[in-house]
Amino acid sequence: MPNTGRIVAVNGPLITVAFERPVVQNEVGYACIDDLRLKAELIRVRGGYADLQVFEDTTGLYVGGKVDFTGEMLAAELGPGLLGQVVDGLQNPLHDLAAAGGYFLQRGSYLQPIDRERRWPFTPVARIGDQVRAGDTLGSVPEGEFTHRVMAPFALVGAWRVRAIAEAGERRVEDVVATLEDARGRTREVSMLQRWPVKVPIRAYRERLRPHEPLVTQIRIVDTVFPVARGGTFCVPGPFGAGKTVLQQLMSRNAEVDVVIVAACGERAGEVVETLREFPELTDPRTGRSLMERTVIVCNTSSMPVAAREASVYTGVTIAEYYRQMGLDVLMIADSTSRWAQALREVSGRLEEIPGEEAFPAYLESVVASFYERGGLVRLRDGSTGSVTIGGTVSPAGGNLEEPVTQATLKVVGTFHGLSRERSDARRYPAIDPLESWSHYQGLVDAADVAFARDVLRGGADVAQMMKVVGEEGTTLEDFVRYLHAEYLDAAYLQQDAFDPVDAATGAERQVLVFGEMLAHLRTPMRFAGKDAARDFFHRLGQATKEWHRCPWGEPAFEAARANVRALVDEVRDA
Amino acid sequence: MRKVYTRLERIAGSVVAVAAGDATYRELAQLDWPGGTSLAQVVRLEGGRAYLQVFAGTRGLPTDARVRFLGRPMRVAASDAVLGRVFDGAGRPRDHGPVLDEDPVDLAGPSVNPVKRIIPRHMVRTGIPMIDVFNTLVESQKLPIFSVPGEPYHELLARLALQAEVDVIVLGGLGLKHDDYLYFRDTLEAAGALARTVAFIHTAADPTVECLLVPDLALAVAERFALAGKRVLVLLSDMTNFADALKEVAITMEQIPSNRGYPGDLYSQLAARYEKAVDFDGAGSITILAVTTMPGDDVTHPVPDNTGYITEGQLYLRGGRIEPFGSLSRLKQLVNGHTRDDHRPVMNAMIQLYAAYRETLEKRSMGFRMSEWDERLLRYGLGFEARLMNLEIDLPLERALDAGWALLAECFEPAQTGLPTALIERFWPQGPA
Ligand SMILES: Nc1ncnc2c1ncn2[C@@H]1O[C@H](COP(=O)(O)OP(=O)(O)O)[C@@H](O)[C@H]1O
Ligand SMILES: [Mg+2]
Repeated sequence: MPNTGRIVAVNGPLITVAFERPVVQNEVGYACIDDLRLKAELIRVRGGYADLQVFEDTTGLYVGGKVDFTGEMLAAELGPGLLGQVVDGLQNPLHDLAAAGGYFLQRGSYLQPIDRERRWPFTPVARIGDQVRAGDTLGSVPEGEFTHRVMAPFALVGAWRVRAIAEAGERRVEDVVATLEDARGRTREVSMLQRWPVKVPIRAYRERLRPHEPLVTQIRIVDTVFPVARGGTFCVPGPFGAGKTVLQQLMSRNAEVDVVIVAACGERAGEVVETLREFPELTDPRTGRSLMERTVIVCNTSSMPVAAREASVYTGVTIAEYYRQMGLDVLMIADSTSRWAQALREVSGRLEEIPGEEAFPAYLESVVASFYERGGLVRLRDGSTGSVTIGGTVSPAGGNLEEPVTQATLKVVGTFHGLSRERSDARRYPAIDPLESWSHYQGLVDAADVAFARDVLRGGADVAQMMKVVGEEGTTLEDFVRYLHAEYLDAAYLQQDAFDPVDAATGAERQVLVFGEMLAHLRTPMRFAGKDAARDFFHRLGQATKEWHRCPWGEPAFEAARANVRALVDEVRDA
Repeated sequence: MRKVYTRLERIAGSVVAVAAGDATYRELAQLDWPGGTSLAQVVRLEGGRAYLQVFAGTRGLPTDARVRFLGRPMRVAASDAVLGRVFDGAGRPRDHGPVLDEDPVDLAGPSVNPVKRIIPRHMVRTGIPMIDVFNTLVESQKLPIFSVPGEPYHELLARLALQAEVDVIVLGGLGLKHDDYLYFRDTLEAAGALARTVAFIHTAADPTVECLLVPDLALAVAERFALAGKRVLVLLSDMTNFADALKEVAITMEQIPSNRGYPGDLYSQLAARYEKAVDFDGAGSITILAVTTMPGDDVTHPVPDNTGYITEGQLYLRGGRIEPFGSLSRLKQLVNGHTRDDHRPVMNAMIQLYAAYRETLEKRSMGFRMSEWDERLLRYGLGFEARLMNLEIDLPLERALDAGWALLAECFEPAQTGLPTALIERFWPQGPA
């Protein structure tokens, strides 16, 4: 018999429901208005009353209205066919919704993200009699560039034996492909489709490893100076307009990973449109296929229901973990985690919980921490490794990094890319502050060289500070040249033109070469007649270096531009 | 026929409570009492009571007012007949014209499926170099004008309205001074634009709650026209009044404020409105320009701050000029690659040099000697302000770019500009400038 309850209160996205039979924390319920069923999640029980957050506009709900409880937690559907999809925070496929509902997202219409009719060429891997555990490979199907592993359900407890396995052939996702049996003789049929509660991490691996390898994003200031590791975590706080979204878009395009999950959480729909319209047209140079084939977009933009923002980041990270289980490197980016935190705040406020700082709930920190904990490099049970790298933007109120969401995030991430208003106003993109940012990971180049570069930058900033007091004439030529060194390194290496077809993405090899050469130039003793001459020289050197960045790697123009830079340095070399 | 209630159990601020078990969430109710009449909307259901937000406010409201639930949410007429008309914040005629009820649309309808949006691609030419060259406006963009009282933001808004090529203009006044409303009306009329304009005007003298309805009214009508293939420009002023009205209501509802008294959902409330800006796949578009005055001229104040996170850039209007720093069109790169080859590089180079000029000004004000480079920057900065920043200037984009090159050539050697050699060869003015 279905478990139902009755609405006793409606307050924005929050409803209170009287129930009689047992309910489950975080289970899904549907609030009904005639035939319309609005999806909701149970988030608190007090006495005979349950509070549910509704993932839709609650207009029209009324006291006495019916709520159907499902007994199941909010779950993601996992199986072949996820790649290339654009879904909302509850994993409804947006293209299918558009085909069914036109221009607008009509509430209460839910569609299955995974096509039930599509046939996949299944190849068995496990054999009858094999012992398997949660996450072990039973078979595979090709999905785009990848061999998509069909795995024993992640919810499986203990060891099971394969009693039957499907032969090679065309299978639909719900077809039974294996039958498993446990020690007590219970059997279980397995298809290619499984559901997993999004708020629970998938843990079907042997061990977690320390992230040790750089994840190449092709953004110079990131890979060279503030690297991100495969399986690491990073955050990008910054005031509005500083370039958080552009930075994430660049990463989602150019990062050297297998799969990218883009979670657009509570920000502009227009930005998602850019991604979903452009990616199918762009080729992934690593595979020659369209970029969309390695991408999943989970999109709950700012005018979509607030309560579903939280679901969107969890849905995203669950899909990321799923592909990690296949031994792939997955990058999950969330823009913006602050919108999700604000959604928590809104709901917490309506629940009349005791507010913490800036009215955020007291559990904000632990929620943020456990989200980033889902990133990681793992060794799977077959010995291969897979990773989920998580990067979240943070939108601090007033650009002030002291606020709770930034602070909670900085405690748990491995890299901090702090965007500064000064740099973005001066169009110094990417506006990652080279003095404030940090990374705990090893990057592409020698740590000593990074330290040298940071000294150059810090030294230049010190001189700039001093010049504000004593003026240029009160500054020695030597100090002035230190200042110019920093400006040169900044303008001609850290800054990168996102809209130049070549400069927008710098491969690892090229970064190592260019960075090495630029440091060598900076270490070259130079002689100048005076400050104006020095400034003029570094203007020209910067210009020549930027032109070098615009020359395609491996083409003759590249070497010519490189020689140009060298020739300039030779002009002022103090022999 | 639904029951009529005649006993208000609570009156606080603009919210009243009535023991109506049959009310539905967000439905509309009609309140009548000897001294007046108002629409109201259900904002909360709890403990057998419906809480209603009364649009006209509760001043003079007796506890035995008649409350009749209408079984529908708020709607607005959206036929072609609204063109040329002026309504108030509750959607009633303000112009002595007839009440309209054709083609009603619900306010605050569902959001557009992102896959039915297209990437905006049409530049809106304004003739203002600070916009066309440096912060290009794009159809379907949502852009606030951050300013402070006293600045000519209404003049700027009116000029943008008249120069932009659009089919329909929807004007939303929020706490507008009556004089300002008349200014808009006269300017649009003088330019012959009134017949393609519809206005929803809430003035400073009107009830606060009605201010909250203005963006929804304006955008619901705009959406109807956009779906019919029209390019619609929505002008709102002043959205800070909208936020303040939200704050007032939240406080009477005893919500826990998050920041300087504003409710925690300020971002979501603003976003729900601004995200109506759209370029439909296969239909028209909505572009939104919204004046947002910054209390205390502080951009970190919650209203401009939350707005800036939502909108696609912002224009700072200060000292009668559009500030080059801070002002930003996030959509510019969608169009400025197809205008003229030098557009982007010139834009970047000129801004970086202007930033250097500002630093030099600072140095000079501290009494430091000016180097040869500083002298160049000073000449450049003054030229930039006079020939490009001045709001009086009305130049097509291409002529504005030419003016930029001329200025660069007067002040710098080519290499000092940081511009790519190939462009310098093509565009650097030859001979004496
Ligand atoms: N790397 C970059 N190169 C060039 N322009 C950039 C870059 N990053 C940001 N911008 C400019 O800044 C604008 C705002 O960037 P965006 O990423 O949307 O900011 P945020 O997400 O921090 O609010 C962009 O529309 C673009 O004009
Ligand atoms: Mg952003």
